[in-house]
Amino acid sequence: MSHPFEEQLTDIRETLLLMSSLTDRNLSLAVRALVNRNNGDADVVVTEDSEIDELEIEVDEKVITYMATHGPIARDSRLMLAASKISGNLERIADQATTIARRAKALNSEPPLAPLIEIPQMAVLAQRMLHDAITAFVEGTYEMARDIIPRDREVDELNRRVAHELMALMMQSPENVTRAVNLMTVAKAIERAADHAQNIAEEVYYLYRGLDIRHDHGTES
Amino acid sequence: MEQKTQTGFKSGVPFAESAGAARPGAHPTAIEVADLDFFYGSRQALHGINMTMPAGKVTAFIGPSGCGKSTLLRCFNRMNDLVPSAWIGSGSIRIHGIDINGPNIDPIELRKKVGMVFQKSNPFPKSIYENVVYGLKIQGRANRAVLDEVVERSLRQAALWDEVKDRLHNSALALSGGQQQRLCIARAIAVEPEVLLMDEPCSALDPIATSKVEELIFELKKRYTIVIVTHNMQQAGRCSDYTGFFFMGRLIELDRTEKIFTNPAERQTEDYITGRFG
Repeated sequence: MSHPFEEQLTDIRETLLLMSSLTDRNLSLAVRALVNRNNGDADVVVTEDSEIDELEIEVDEKVITYMATHGPIARDSRLMLAASKISGNLERIADQATTIARRAKALNSEPPLAPLIEIPQMAVLAQRMLHDAITAFVEGTYEMARDIIPRDREVDELNRRVAHELMALMMQSPENVTRAVNLMTVAKAIERAADHAQNIAEEVYYLYRGLDIRHDHGTES
Repeated sequence: MEQKTQTGFKSGVPFAESAGAARPGAHPTAIEVADLDFFYGSRQALHGINMTMPAGKVTAFIGPSGCGKSTLLRCFNRMNDLVPSAWIGSGSIRIHGIDINGPNIDPIELRKKVGMVFQKSNPFPKSIYENVVYGLKIQGRANRAVLDEVVERSLRQAALWDEVKDRLHNSALALSGGQQQRLCIARAIAVEPEVLLMDEPCSALDPIATSKVEELIFELKKRYTIVIVTHNMQQAGRCSDYTGFFFMGRLIELDRTEKIFTNPAERQTEDYITGRFG
């Protein structure tokens, strides 16, 4: 028989998992809206963002209640901190998904500017980072969380290349500017989503390893 | 503040003479336990305990009932001498470098230097004033001016002076539970110990009285080395600099309290402090 407090900790974890699956889905739909020029997917992302916002508040309420009533220690106290931060990062990823969805709708109303360059590839990398960070959280594997962190650099590099190519398109013709700016915004949103996935991975590492590796702090040799 | 006179645990022998070069300040370790095996009759209560407790710090002992933490605490002022079946199988305990179980050590002198506060407050059925000066009178110190000074200083250090200064000659038994416990702390520090042992000092107190005793511990560690046994994890976290976790007579882990309560090295420690066993 598990302690009642274990049920409350499980409830916090499950709320986070629900939030992460909705966030993962919204990010996928937003990218699909762009790639497939499908406004219906974009509308779902924008409409359902509020559900993720509410879950963020719900996680924080459960965390503060548990802290006030149970005085968590050691791995439980780390879970409190990590849960609150992970939910904050998930909510930010969902916000980036709505940005992508809105820009996708704007882009879908005009003829395609050019092939989407490396934006879909960026999106795949960011989604995998998020997926792996959540898998590491569920499975309690800090090694997996640690291995996610360097992958953010790859997304950053792709974003720089995308921005460079879009700048070139803008310089070719003023007619390209609006669409290029929208695509640049999409690429930046994906890059930010990857940053948040990295933050989640760092929180998962802290949760299971007890070491803070943010900003290269306390990195194990 | 009155200068503390350092005396050893042998009757009438100055501390420096009995301890050699070991003096508080020059010796950052207050208590050193080495390979200690302790028995009640044939039952071994402590197994190979090795640990050091730094001077001027609070060390908390935690662990489930019967794990040996109070037994070890009572070893530090040889309170276990009063238990007929108790005996030390092997190992040593040094306080400020002195082997407290050495052949020339006087347990009475030791207890003057290693004071103790118990779970249940135990004021004598005398006045507040008489409770505080009791130890000094036993030592033969009867100068009224000196005793008055000690009473005020001890009660101030115990954060009780303002509450009782106008009724020093009233019965100590009329005080509240929290006040009685702080009176017992005042009584313990009146004889100027070097080490203060506390065996679950707040377990019978309400949260307000507990908070006062915890504030007091924070103040007292500036002057004394404190070892506290507690079942209250939050209290150990709040009050101590170092925490030792005991289980079945063994010291499982000793580390900075911050480390023990955020990321202990041993799974047993984490399971205990998070309430998953014990």
